[in-house]
Amino acid sequence: MGDAMSTDLPASKGSGVKLADSDFAADHRSTDVRTAVGDYWLRVRSGDLGAIPAILGLAGLIVLFTALRPDTFLSKGNLANLSTQALPVTILAMGLVFVLLLGEIDLSAGVASGVCAAVMAKLIVDSGQPWYVAVLAAIAIGIVIGTVLGWLVAVVRIPSFVVSLAFFLGLQGITLRLIGDGGTVPVHDDVIVALANKNMPLWLGWTAAVVCAAGYAATQLRRWQRQRSRGLAASPIELVAARVAVVAVVLLAGTYLLSLDRAPSPLVTLAGIPWGVPLVAVLLIICTFVLGRTSFGRHIYAVGGNAEAARRAGINVTRIKVAVFMISSALAAISGVVAASRLNSVATDSGGGNTLLYAVGAAVIGGTSLFGGRGRARDAVLGGLVIAIIDNGLGLLGTKAYANFLITGVVLLLAASIDATARRRRSSTGR
Amino acid sequence: MSHATAVRPVLELRGIDKSFGPVRVLHDVALTAHPGEVTALVGDNGAGKTTLVKGIGGVHGFDAGEYRFNGEPVRPRSPRDAAALGIEVVHQDLALCENLDVVENMFLGRERSNGLALDETAMEEAARRTLAGLSVRTVGSVRRRVSELSGGQRQTVAIARAVLWDSRLVVLDEPAAALGVAQTQQVLELVRRLADKGLAVILVSHNMNDVFAVSDRIVALYLGRTAAQVRTADVTHRQVVELITSGRTGDLGLPA
Ligand SMILES: Nc1ncnc2c1ncn2[C@@H]1O[C@H](COP(=O)(O)OP(=O)(O)OP(=O)(O)O)[C@@H](O)[C@H]1O
Ligand SMILES: [Mg+2]
Repeated sequence: MGDAMSTDLPASKGSGVKLADSDFAADHRSTDVRTAVGDYWLRVRSGDLGAIPAILGLAGLIVLFTALRPDTFLSKGNLANLSTQALPVTILAMGLVFVLLLGEIDLSAGVASGVCAAVMAKLIVDSGQPWYVAVLAAIAIGIVIGTVLGWLVAVVRIPSFVVSLAFFLGLQGITLRLIGDGGTVPVHDDVIVALANKNMPLWLGWTAAVVCAAGYAATQLRRWQRQRSRGLAASPIELVAARVAVVAVVLLAGTYLLSLDRAPSPLVTLAGIPWGVPLVAVLLIICTFVLGRTSFGRHIYAVGGNAEAARRAGINVTRIKVAVFMISSALAAISGVVAASRLNSVATDSGGGNTLLYAVGAAVIGGTSLFGGRGRARDAVLGGLVIAIIDNGLGLLGTKAYANFLITGVVLLLAASIDATARRRRSSTGR
Repeated sequence: MSHATAVRPVLELRGIDKSFGPVRVLHDVALTAHPGEVTALVGDNGAGKTTLVKGIGGVHGFDAGEYRFNGEPVRPRSPRDAAALGIEVVHQDLALCENLDVVENMFLGRERSNGLALDETAMEEAARRTLAGLSVRTVGSVRRRVSELSGGQRQTVAIARAVLWDSRLVVLDEPAAALGVAQTQQVLELVRRLADKGLAVILVSHNMNDVFAVSDRIVALYLGRTAAQVRTADVTHRQVVELITSGRTGDLGLPA
């Protein structure tokens, strides 16, 4: 790789520095789409799969379930259903991306979301607290759980697998204690219920979608322009434009589909983007910014890639680890609130069962590595959609519970083996 | 290079002791490094070179002894402290993050920010300027991941990271150990260029040819002690080898 670098450089480089013929030549060739695509293909072949498995998975599943259930799967009502179904698992997975980036695992994130949701529900129902107090309390509990977890992992140095397994058991006990055996706490607060059950007004949905698409286009183009003008490495403009176009089309098409009237009866209208979707969008933007554009995010990748190197570079590894577990549990709390909204209640088994496996599966299917150092916030969204489609499609097919468990287990294994294979390729091609 | 003797040493170590539990690894070690000079640190496997280098770089502390930097007594407690003084270490195991690119590695732990957001433009420009200033020819793109680079290219990145900062002393622990002939030559040229820029350079190496090719002074460690500190011009290959293997040669070295 990288031998063919005797490309011509732009004549003047300023500052009197004479570059040898191969100096950064690759940075200056990159205006060429073919080389960029070639480089991308090389990366893919050497095990850097990015979003490819998730997108193939999405396409394959959509085709599969459309073929098996042509009337119901792609119906307007079911699409809206899908979008809310994906919400809790996506948010939980987004938190797990942070943990996985460190090469750690948090097996308790699911039940932590249950505990936090139970706290929220109890505060609303038993103490009559307003929704925002209850939600803030839930997030605060999440942060406390994450702090303790992170402390045990980073300072006491118990493997995260063991710590979070202990929490997985312990926190279920706390939910039981809070709610009582076999009980449920109903959630009737308007705002909470609206998250997964009410929709944005159509005009607001369209405005938000257009603003997001335009904002994305503006940041991408501004970055490209800055890189070009300063002679830095930049993707070819055609690729930037293609990325912007894909994002815009997805946003606008999604908005269009969710803006169609999906009420079963012609007497009422039911249309719009569920309120939980913009919540996920905001979380996605924040997490993407934190991971990709701040030094804190950079340090997370560094610790996940090589903790000793990070330490020697002066990064406080302990602090990063604790912070990551705090973020993960805080997002778990938000996920718990959204899940409670979807079910209109919190039960003793909230966040238990396959919740966590779904979320880990979502992150890994999206492209986050279980081995640390690789992953992005958007992986949670892509993977969350895949998981939601599987869950939703199996529901439509009416498969038995035992089959659901089997299929989900196989999907998780499949994602993990793609990850492991890709990693092997990386280490065999990386010289 | 006769002017160098007049210049105050950048680094002076005297009477340095370091133990790991019951194991005494460094005992009464002395070493000085002068600006504009390459000081070679030689010694057999396990002589304590890496331990000494890590102590200089603040990775761990020394148990006893005098550590002066620019004439001032100092005691760096972390790599960050050492960096603040102007000491950069390229470790034997490089300590790069393979999942990050060249620029990201060079600025790791010392990123430049514009408010909350990283200033990628400034970092990329500075990285590029440093690499160009070192006449580095081997890194295709500064945005390539380190996992895609060869051993020599990684070494280059690690060295460039050390000189990116306004450092006075650069310590390289066996930078050429895993490299082929051509790449070793490049790294040695790079080392010489650092010294010619006025930095003090400490180079750990097992290769006598390399040592005699680039160094101005040689410090030989023997079982955790300083066997001798000599000018390269004043000794022969054979004498240095004897210092390394038995701690003395003629009237040079540790008392019998
Ligand atoms: N963390 C540690 N704990 C205990 N002993 C150690 C530790 N680090 C090094 N040592 C011991 O200190 C001695 C010196 O090791 P050091 O790594 O400094 O040698 P070196 O001169 O760099 O050798 P090499 O040429 O093989 O790199 C060795 O005997 C080693 O076993
Ligand atoms: Mg060593």
